Amino acid sequence: MKVQQLSIFMENRAGRLAEIMQLLGDAGVNIRALSLADTSDFGILRLIVNDVDKALQVLRESGHTVSLTDVVAVEVPDHPGGLASVLNPLCQAGVNVEYMYAFVEKATDKAVVIFRFEDIEAALGVLAKAGISVLPAETVYTL
Amino acid sequence: MTKERPQPAIWDPEFECMHVDALRALQLERLRKVVRRLRNHVPYYRQKMQIVGVTPSDIRTLEDIRKLPFTTKEDLRLCYPYEAFAVPLEKVVRIHASSGTTGKSTVVGYTRKDLDAWTHVVARFLVAGGLTSKDVLHIAFSYGLFTGGFGLHYGAERVGAAVIPVSAGRSERQIQLMKDFGSTALVCTPSYAVYLGELVQTLGVKPQDLKLRVGFFGAEAWSNRIREEIQAKLGLFATDNYGLSEIIGPGVAGECVYQNGMHISEDHFYPELIDPDTCEPADPAKSGELVLTTLTKEAIPLVRYRTRDICTLLPGTCACGRTGVRMSKICGRSDDMLIIRGANVFPSQVEEVLLDVKGTLPHYQIVVSREGALDQLEVRVEVSEEFFFDEMKKLQEMERHIEHKLENVLGIRSAVKLIEPRTLERSEGKAKRVLDLRPKE
Repeated sequence: MKVQQLSIFMENRAGRLAEIMQLLGDAGVNIRALSLADTSDFGILRLIVNDVDKALQVLRESGHTVSLTDVVAVEVPDHPGGLASVLNPLCQAGVNVEYMYAFVEKATDKAVVIFRFEDIEAALGVLAKAGISVLPAETVYTL
Repeated sequence: MTKERPQPAIWDPEFECMHVDALRALQLERLRKVVRRLRNHVPYYRQKMQIVGVTPSDIRTLEDIRKLPFTTKEDLRLCYPYEAFAVPLEKVVRIHASSGTTGKSTVVGYTRKDLDAWTHVVARFLVAGGLTSKDVLHIAFSYGLFTGGFGLHYGAERVGAAVIPVSAGRSERQIQLMKDFGSTALVCTPSYAVYLGELVQTLGVKPQDLKLRVGFFGAEAWSNRIREEIQAKLGLFATDNYGLSEIIGPGVAGECVYQNGMHISEDHFYPELIDPDTCEPADPAKSGELVLTTLTKEAIPLVRYRTRDICTLLPGTCACGRTGVRMSKICGRSDDMLIIRGANVFPSQVEEVLLDVKGTLPHYQIVVSREGALDQLEVRVEVSEEFFFDEMKKLQEMERHIEHKLENVLGIRSAVKLIEPRTLERSEGKAKRVLDLRPKE
């Protein structure tokens, strides 16, 4: 149920994001979801892509610092209180969310949110118990 | 997977293990000859001697060397290109020059006899560090005006190793060649060795694909921590060697397999240690600036050349049997010491702090600038995968952690800036560690 996310270190200067996007585009890598965390000096670009190995290879070959992180793709009901209903059981179980970001496209009538947990195994247990749907990696890469 | 210590060996036992009394007598005899030749053939030094009122006959003991004036890089610049030569050009068979990064370059010449002596002293430290005629030696120093490539090349040929003059650059090809040619020995700068070690890992080359056994690293100062890193990453036994083009190039001194100081070839180079501020003799056990006098050079003899390199000197016979005094690793420069907001900062201190973060040295650069009246210190650190976290919080914690440690060690505040890998300038594998942007007085 774990999804592999690419994290890329980026200096905060003009054109860096475009360069990386061009690189992945030329390699035929399709981006499924993306988030960018930044400070005034640097940022971390996080990507879910259709071809993790290919993306990893072209990024490393071009000299980027990249790491792989296990994240979880959770289906969230698309109505007021939907996200809260996912977060509540996690909160009660004391599972910390490091960060999260939403998928652009919807798979079903539900939204898809990517979560990075401090303790991924504990989080998966809580979600299963609460009957919250977690998407398998293959589904996420091809959404 | 550091390789074990090679068998100790000595290239030139007659001189390397000479009894100290005999060595001192030889040095005095050679010193007196050098002074006479300088007085007779090199006008700039004759003038210097006249100014302080010293003549060759005043040199009766080795201690009398202190009566002689120093030679500095500035002197050699004023002699550009050939004024410091003590022989006519027809006797010169090779010319090298130091990089002109801080002004006009300094030009050095060699007679046939100088080249032979150079080859010989390089062979000494190569054998001392474990090279044998069975080795395949990969030289990644650049070949050109820089003395590193040619100096090591001829010394290694003299030892009888199979020498591969790869020269600098194209790092992936360097590793491919090492694999294909089964190189057992490596010559380059220590910072380039660290870089090659990283690249070996990145390329997924397995340690058993490389046959490296010994490595000889010089041309820049490096710490024992870096030695451990190089030894572990490249799977070889690493020794340090020292030299400077003004004196001869590599070969002034080199470590033996006991890795405890670099043996100075004292029959060719007479060392002194001075306090760089007062120019008075310094306690050899405490650090001072190394001052060298060439005892055998024909083309450019130099008396009391101020190297600006800070080290200590260790007298006494080494476990390997050599009797020549040993110099420690260079722990700084009497002129690259940065004074920032009144604090003395050595780049090596910054290096120690950075090494402590992850046990491996990132590529870094020290940038000093001035805002208003205040000096600013910025340390740029390349974020390789070893220094990268997926969480912003941890990256920022690492920045603050380094800043905190730097403040503890240096006594002043600095700003750490994380930057993308391979963005810092590297020239000929020699990392440019300090960028001083402050306006010159």
